[in-house]
Amino acid sequence: MKDIIDHLKKRFPVYEIGEGPNGVIFMSVEAAKLVPMLTSLKANHGYGILVILSAVDWLEEYKFQLTYIVNNPEEKSDLGIRVFIKREDATMDSVHRLWEHAATFQREIKEMFGINFPGSPRVDEPFLLEGWDNLPPMRRDFDTKQYSEDTYFPRPGRETNDPAEYMKQKLYPDE
Amino acid sequence: MSDKQQNQEDKFLAPENRKHTVIGPEGEEIHVDPLNDYFCQDLPKVEAPYKGVLEKFLNWARSESLWVLAYGTGCGSIELPPLFSPRFDAYRFGVMMRPTPRQSGVLIISGYLAVKTLKRVIRSYEQMQNPKYVIALGSCTINGGMYWDSYNTINRLDHYLPVDVYIAGCMPRPEAILSGFNKLKERIKSGNAEGANEYVENLEWYRTNQKKVIKDWNMPPYNW
Repeated sequence: MKDIIDHLKKRFPVYEIGEGPNGVIFMSVEAAKLVPMLTSLKANHGYGILVILSAVDWLEEYKFQLTYIVNNPEEKSDLGIRVFIKREDATMDSVHRLWEHAATFQREIKEMFGINFPGSPRVDEPFLLEGWDNLPPMRRDFDTKQYSEDTYFPRPGRETNDPAEYMKQKLYPDE
Repeated sequence: MSDKQQNQEDKFLAPENRKHTVIGPEGEEIHVDPLNDYFCQDLPKVEAPYKGVLEKFLNWARSESLWVLAYGTGCGSIELPPLFSPRFDAYRFGVMMRPTPRQSGVLIISGYLAVKTLKRVIRSYEQMQNPKYVIALGSCTINGGMYWDSYNTINRLDHYLPVDVYIAGCMPRPEAILSGFNKLKERIKSGNAEGANEYVENLEWYRTNQKKVIKDWNMPPYNW
């Protein structure tokens, strides 16, 4: 593993190398260098399987994080690669030429986060949300509760109690 | 209907359902409007119940043979198969599963309903023949349950379909579902289970609610 990281450090602008959960090594790379890096990992280092492609919305820092986890089946090891992209007109290079099933991940991310992957097959077709006409629902500035209340006829009478307040009132009503 | 409105509705239509021209065997042009030509455009009518002993007899007969559409939405579809196993044996109550909407009289909404599923449920419900009944399982169909603030899951089923019996729980055990079937039987025998007629009478209200959430409505006026 150390050899691979040293090799990657020489060839690509990687930073923030650290250990994630279960000993998986995570590293960040500039968005423009991601596809060459994944190609190199697949061709030279045996990381031939894309396990997951997921997105995180860092609203305060005004950027999206994309996480690619690749797996080496012979060494039974995972490697996580993070990419940060701008939140406005978010666009990322598609990796469907390396892994065909990445197109499905990308289609879902396009729908849920609004990150575009130009050239990815069927990326503009609806995946789960048919006829959706609002903000992409997984963005953090989309108010799920407000949308649900406006759209889906909430049944009156639902109350949520803060457990601490509720038990305090129940057990010590005088205080 | 104005052209603009027409275009708006065409946007969601499948390509084979849009207006198109077919060349016949002798070279003649045939204009096809699939929604009008292939689907019935009539709306359903209220079927008034018979009076007196005859209706009582019919209701008894209906209540003793409940044929359920074998269709599951959400987690409740896992609770249904044990119902037909020897341990619970719903068949002794006259309850059996049928594979198509045309053959069945009871639609069980088993759990949360995403908007995408709701569209299929409406299609199935409207294809069923009268008299038809709806049983709603779980708290998700009552007030949204744990998906009450979800962006894609409806909260109250009774705004989209007429519900006869609600069975509370998350999820209800097979015993609770059997009890729900017995409640439905009582309701049918007392002559109160007129959900199908209620749906026809208030079709406009139901349609407004349905179209509010199903934004890519591309179905005929009524799915016969």
